[in-house]
Amino acid sequence: MKQILVRTERCVGCKSCELACSVVHSAGKNLFSAVLSGEQPVRRVSVENSADRSANLPIQCRQCREPRCVSACMTGAMHLDESTGLVLNREEKCVGCWMCVMVCPYGAISASAEKTASKCDQCLSEDHDPACAKACPTKALKFVEISEFNKSVKREFLSRFLMGEEA
Amino acid sequence: MVNSNKTIDPAAGQMLAKAQKDQVETVWDRFEAQQPQCGFGLLGICCRHCNQGPCRIDPFGEGAKYGVCGADADLIVARNLLRQVAGGTAAHVDHAYAAVETLAVAIEENTPYIIKDRTKLKAVAAKLGIDSEGKGDAALGREVVDAVFADFGNHSSKPMKYLTATAPKERVETWQKLGILPRNPDREIREAMHQTSMGMDADPVNLILSTVKQGLVDAYAGLHLATDIQDILFGTPSPVATEANLGVLKEDHVNIIVHGHEPILSEKIVEWARKLEGEARAKGAKGIQLAGICCTGNEALMRQGVPVATNFLAQELAIITGAVDAMVVDVQCIMPSLSRVASCYHTKIFTTSPIVKLPGAEHVGFTLLEADDKAQKIVRKGIENFGHRDKSRVEIPQEKTKMLAGFSVEAIVGALSKLDPDNPLKPLVDNIANGNILGAVGTVGCNNVKVKHDSFHVTLVKELIKNNVLVVTTGCSAQALAKAGLLTPEATEKYAGDSLKAVLSAVGNAAGLNAPLPPVLHMGSCVDNSRIGDLLNALAGYLGVAIKDLPVAASAPEHQHEKALAIGTWAVALGLLTHLGVVPQVLGSAKVTGILTGETAESLFGGKFYVETDPLQAAQGLIEHIKSKRKALGI
Repeated sequence: MKQILVRTERCVGCKSCELACSVVHSAGKNLFSAVLSGEQPVRRVSVENSADRSANLPIQCRQCREPRCVSACMTGAMHLDESTGLVLNREEKCVGCWMCVMVCPYGAISASAEKTASKCDQCLSEDHDPACAKACPTKALKFVEISEFNKSVKREFLSRFLMGEEA
Repeated sequence: MVNSNKTIDPAAGQMLAKAQKDQVETVWDRFEAQQPQCGFGLLGICCRHCNQGPCRIDPFGEGAKYGVCGADADLIVARNLLRQVAGGTAAHVDHAYAAVETLAVAIEENTPYIIKDRTKLKAVAAKLGIDSEGKGDAALGREVVDAVFADFGNHSSKPMKYLTATAPKERVETWQKLGILPRNPDREIREAMHQTSMGMDADPVNLILSTVKQGLVDAYAGLHLATDIQDILFGTPSPVATEANLGVLKEDHVNIIVHGHEPILSEKIVEWARKLEGEARAKGAKGIQLAGICCTGNEALMRQGVPVATNFLAQELAIITGAVDAMVVDVQCIMPSLSRVASCYHTKIFTTSPIVKLPGAEHVGFTLLEADDKAQKIVRKGIENFGHRDKSRVEIPQEKTKMLAGFSVEAIVGALSKLDPDNPLKPLVDNIANGNILGAVGTVGCNNVKVKHDSFHVTLVKELIKNNVLVVTTGCSAQALAKAGLLTPEATEKYAGDSLKAVLSAVGNAAGLNAPLPPVLHMGSCVDNSRIGDLLNALAGYLGVAIKDLPVAASAPEHQHEKALAIGTWAVALGLLTHLGVVPQVLGSAKVTGILTGETAESLFGGKFYVETDPLQAAQGLIEHIKSKRKALGI
């Protein structure tokens, strides 16, 4: 199963993922029309940096297997969709109590214009092809199989180890 | 057709397939690798003017509203636009300056250059208030050079002489009231850089007015100056028939391509290519085939009848034919990739300008006094390189179309005077007044890889002429239209509306063509947009109205260069509705976008920018505009 994973050392903090997320969630799905119409689409990814500014991380819903937001939801709007493995919100059931916002350890849930919980669905409606990952110019943000991501990290570790850079 | 999603030009499509086969990277591949392009940049809301940045404004209002210094989106967009337009202006003014330097050399004895067009020299002198009575070419040329250089040495607050001498009086007054008359071209460009540096102007409106001022510098110290002086030096163009597209290259000839923007070197290349034809034959070639790309190509076409190889976006594809022995470049729009592409074939790229060097290319430093030596050297190197051509890698597309060019204002008036020698403009004006010609549109400017190559130019223009709108054209737009066969009498038969066809047939027959004039008149290079300005000025003068009231419009369907923005800004300042087919990098500011495309620009100048990315809708918009202007004129 693919996940949105980040190689933080590659993130230059350009916020292209944020813009792409806004655009894909705008009415016309087009940068120019979204800006011209004055829409304010809610983005579901946000680039944060550490207090010492040494690391950037685009943060979006991690799609937990035991999601606290789902446990905290009193209407059953927030749920774990078994077929996709995604944590999704049924907007028609959401009453905007923001319990999910309070319990999410990542701060990955925000409020939509309709006062319902809004979160990353990995662009399920866009052929499940996340706009943020497509927009990333350094390929820091990737939509990949965990095994593939792992493998590249292992290889990088090995080359550093052989170069004597890893103790 | 192969690659039909990238280009409508069959020769370009064929060469793209060859590029893919030969594994040569082109502009289309690099554009793909750049996707998606940065949204902040597309909207013009990033700023790198100081080292507290880079800063960018969140267009959706969630994040930062101000840059570190306090600049908001309006200011950042306005500053960026002024710098872009100043960049384009600098390019045209530098070009014009080189032409004036050449004239200063030509008036000296025993130099490589001479004055070929005394009539034009006298006309330019007259505009500058210089009496030519009893003066030889050298003396008169000297006075023109001095008058022009005086503009560049103007340390007073008086406006630029070349502007006040050549621009319509009504416009000069309009611009004066707005306080945007340029003084010294170099000073204005310097001031724009100063004005946009950190901690300077924070008023977007003031910055936009300065942007318009740059447009005026571009037009009168760039376009008009370059055209006028080049005509004096190399002759004013008159109608010429030739061919366009990569099919003009010949398998059994030494193929030399001139590319860039200035005619100063290319005129010499043409001269020496003709003189050294014998040496080419001695090397086993049947002769030397010259062809042009971009505006150097247009200059050589207009005055020397050199065929068009292709236009901006396909410059790499010319090399991919494997048949180009030398590509000589001067300035502007030279893709840095050329030497990489050339390294895959036998082609030699020759750079010539001290400010255009390409790693991997051969640099032959060109100077005016050594012009003949350097041109000979380059042509000989091209001939030499013919022997290195790898025949197994040569594939020249068959595609080429006939075309007519050379329509300077003088040539157009000349053709019209066959109908009415006393009042040459009368037949044109009468036919506009009676509606046979609905109006006119100038299509100009570049290709842009964001648009399917040539498609916007061609689709827009076919729709315009179908609706009896006469089209004049310059630059890469002209080359796109030439390749599509629109610069021919046959195109009038095939594509023009009935009433336009009747007028063009009458003029063509009277001018002795025994065929209609083409529905699209090629007026030259990008600096020759000045010719369109002069034609409009003459028409407005004849009618006793301002240019802004004429049923005309401008369009840069596939613009990419900063120069196009500078020309477009002048067109708006002249009072023209100016269409752009690619969204410029300003949408991040509603204020700047609103001023440029709305009421404010129109109330100040009578013109405004009009952005429409669909060619048929754009044609409709331009036709509506023309109709509204006709209505206002009561015709």
